Amino acid sequence: MLTAAAPHGLTPPPVADLARRSPSLPAGQIGWIVAALALAALVLSPIVSLGVSALAGTGELWPHLAAHVLPQALRDTGLLLAGVGILVVVIGAGSAWLVSAYAFPGRRWLEAGLLLPLAVPTYIVAFAYLDLMHPIGPVQSTLRAALGIARPGDLVLPDLRSMPGCIVLLAFVLYPYVYLPTRALFLMQAGGLVEAARSLGRAPSAVFLTVALPLARPAIAVGVSLALMEALNDVGAAEFLGVRTLTVQVYATWINRSDLPGAAQIALVMLALVLALVAAERWARRGRGYAATARAPRSMVRQELTGARAALAFGLGLLPVAIGFLIPAAYLAAGAVSRITRVGLPPTLSTEVANTVLYAAIATAIATVIGFLVAAAPRLASPRIGGALIRIASLGYALPGTILAVGLLTPLALMDAGLSRITEALFGASPALIGLGTGGALVTAYLVRFLGVGIGTCEAGLARVPASMPDAARMLGRGPAATVRQVQLPLAWPALVSGALLVFVDCVKELPATLLLRPLNVETLATHLYGEAARGTYEDGTVAALLIVLVGLVPVAVLLRLDGRGRRVSVDP
Amino acid sequence: MIAERTGAAAQVRLHLDAVCLSFGRTRVLDAVDLTVEAGEIVALLGDSGCGKSTLLRVVAGLEQPDSGTVSLDGVVVNGRGGVPAEGRGVGLMFQDYALFPHLTVAENVRFGLHRRPAAQAQAIAQARLDQVGLAARAESYPGTLSGGESQRVALARALAPGPRILLLDEPFSNLDRRTRDHVRADTLSVLRASGTTTLLVTHDADEALALCDRIALMRAGRIVQVGSGEDLYRRPATHFAARFFTDLVEIDGRCRDGVVETPFGPVPAPGFAAGEAVLVCLRPEAIRLADDGGGLRATVVERRFLGSRAILVAMAQGMPVPVSLAVPHGDATVPGDTIGLRADLDGGFLFRRGED
Repeated sequence: MLTAAAPHGLTPPPVADLARRSPSLPAGQIGWIVAALALAALVLSPIVSLGVSALAGTGELWPHLAAHVLPQALRDTGLLLAGVGILVVVIGAGSAWLVSAYAFPGRRWLEAGLLLPLAVPTYIVAFAYLDLMHPIGPVQSTLRAALGIARPGDLVLPDLRSMPGCIVLLAFVLYPYVYLPTRALFLMQAGGLVEAARSLGRAPSAVFLTVALPLARPAIAVGVSLALMEALNDVGAAEFLGVRTLTVQVYATWINRSDLPGAAQIALVMLALVLALVAAERWARRGRGYAATARAPRSMVRQELTGARAALAFGLGLLPVAIGFLIPAAYLAAGAVSRITRVGLPPTLSTEVANTVLYAAIATAIATVIGFLVAAAPRLASPRIGGALIRIASLGYALPGTILAVGLLTPLALMDAGLSRITEALFGASPALIGLGTGGALVTAYLVRFLGVGIGTCEAGLARVPASMPDAARMLGRGPAATVRQVQLPLAWPALVSGALLVFVDCVKELPATLLLRPLNVETLATHLYGEAARGTYEDGTVAALLIVLVGLVPVAVLLRLDGRGRRVSVDP
Repeated sequence: MIAERTGAAAQVRLHLDAVCLSFGRTRVLDAVDLTVEAGEIVALLGDSGCGKSTLLRVVAGLEQPDSGTVSLDGVVVNGRGGVPAEGRGVGLMFQDYALFPHLTVAENVRFGLHRRPAAQAQAIAQARLDQVGLAARAESYPGTLSGGESQRVALARALAPGPRILLLDEPFSNLDRRTRDHVRADTLSVLRASGTTTLLVTHDADEALALCDRIALMRAGRIVQVGSGEDLYRRPATHFAARFFTDLVEIDGRCRDGVVETPFGPVPAPGFAAGEAVLVCLRPEAIRLADDGGGLRATVVERRFLGSRAILVAMAQGMPVPVSLAVPHGDATVPGDTIGLRADLDGGFLFRRGED
């Protein structure tokens, strides 16, 4: 039989088998409802179990936590979030305005370059700068040489291991979350309004404060809440820099004090913060249905800068790129090269790469298949069930890795106990722990946390397929499942691939969940790096860190490509 | 298909009975009845938003009506135990053509032939492409086609499986005017040649008149009038139906002794009560220049040259609004001239005032 998809060599995904039983509506809905419930159980189980374990330990631990741990952790977390929040707005919105409103040599390069810090996870930027700024590190040594100071103790710089240090470092890698949506808004919507303000006699700087910034407020709010979620997820940078946030305390309470109920109680407090951030993000997005007019979006006419002013603009724009990416990446590259030339590749590296790729790839494969099915659910099942499925499954993205790990522990242990009881009854022997003993726990955590990414990109891909195409396939005799397989899947394929890439990279970068849920003695690139940093042997971690940053560049490239496509469209008359 | 057409008694292909559909609180289809016979080409004519495209989707099976029945060849296909869209044997050509961009033209046309042996599917697709004159583009991708070519591929694709009825949703609206005329003629000849029963949605009255055996005029989810083009044009059931095809010259009057007095003379008004307010409507072509120097006095205020003819706009005695009329080539009337107007009152329509 001639199938339409054959030339593309697509193997039909399990979607067909799942949905073949639902040719018309009601009967097949049951399968989807079951799937929705199972996904909901998967995503919600960490939250529920968190509540249960927190309640279990209330008696003796809570007073201690409430008196000695929580107030300090809350204060540190609050300070950190406030500081990072303010700084990412200044850097993100400022740089977005710089490249949108002014024309100067190097602007195009900066436009893309400002995204680069996205490739650097928070724990790696901290790792890099700790070594760079070390009293006998390159920065201070150079400064001392330049100033003619002999002893390290005589040159006193503010200590990086501090709250301000942590705020600055996090802000310089998280500002792209604000830069990206804000610049998009300036590109898509601000053109006419800014020109109107200019024509009414306002200078560009005044336009920024009176028109552009208020206009960009929703985009900025979305970006800030995403950046703060990342800041809240961070465990490495805060710990390396001596800032004891809630996340660090969850980790410490569990690992160092072996107090799971206590960790769960702190995690619950954190969950409240996450919910507030999610609510803020939703609120900022409200009513922002694309005010898509048929008119092609028009970016504002940029003001030409020359001479010293152009150099100043470029320098200002270069600053975040340099601090957030160029300097740490160069440091890691130099460190890796020197390490490899002196003693060769670290002996454990290949195992760590294999582990990293293995767990990330398994989670990516599952997340992509489930992600596509869930994204297609409104079309295969009903819009209502499908919509609910999407909302539930995307919830996990807001859960920081630590919360997820603490929350998944109990359900996974329960599942292991159940499984071993069953196998014992059947075969008379009980196997190793399936969930916690193997990578199952880790893959589950990745899945819960990053399923939303896969769903989101698949949804976007499917949304670009005009509604008339699947209708046309139905009119030519294809059922819903065949329609999805032969029309929507091939058309959404690029989105599927970039979604898989994003999930994979997120899994590779994820530190806290990996740290807490990996099987005993298994090291990935991220956990290896964490170990080296904890021991203070920075150079030994540079190769792993460099690899993670290189992998992290992939989604940046994807973003740049999408961005380029957007620009081409907007240039069309 | 030809055999079905030549059958002695006309065979009912599609029958809609009291089809209702609401989206939320909006009633999109309100008790729609419609019958299409085998081999017929019927237009669903109406303004945008009148529910005509939704009705097409109901027939296709892409929307489910809240109540009422849809029958194909005497079999009810909607509701419980009904036939889903992909099983109805109904072809639908979309307004945007919906050609699959990842498949070649030939693969697009073969898409609906998946149940046939490959060789046969190949042959049918080839024949359909030949028929629309695009055999040479078989291996092209849709992205490389012009608008007119895309339309023809979409038509070939919809026709390839031999649908029991072909639904066309504004099939020519995406084409520029020059292309439209000949694509329209080509489409009509393909449909006639294959004897395909067709239901066509359009907002263009001229298109409906030019292409279709019968026209169903829709308004606000209801079918206002069904009949041949000539029926609807010459005997519109309502003021709305009359207005849909041309601008009208409208004269307010009152019925006295069975007639309505107008500036052009008395019009018989059977069926109207004495003293009733009547709206007399004339098509523009009913007004002409009086060539004998008589008729209703009017002053020309504007002359518009349209190439093959000219339009005069004149203020006529006793008429509150200006009247337009076409004058033949060579007429030398200029603004300011006084002319005489006569009206063909037999071709006029009378409606109760306030009725629509």
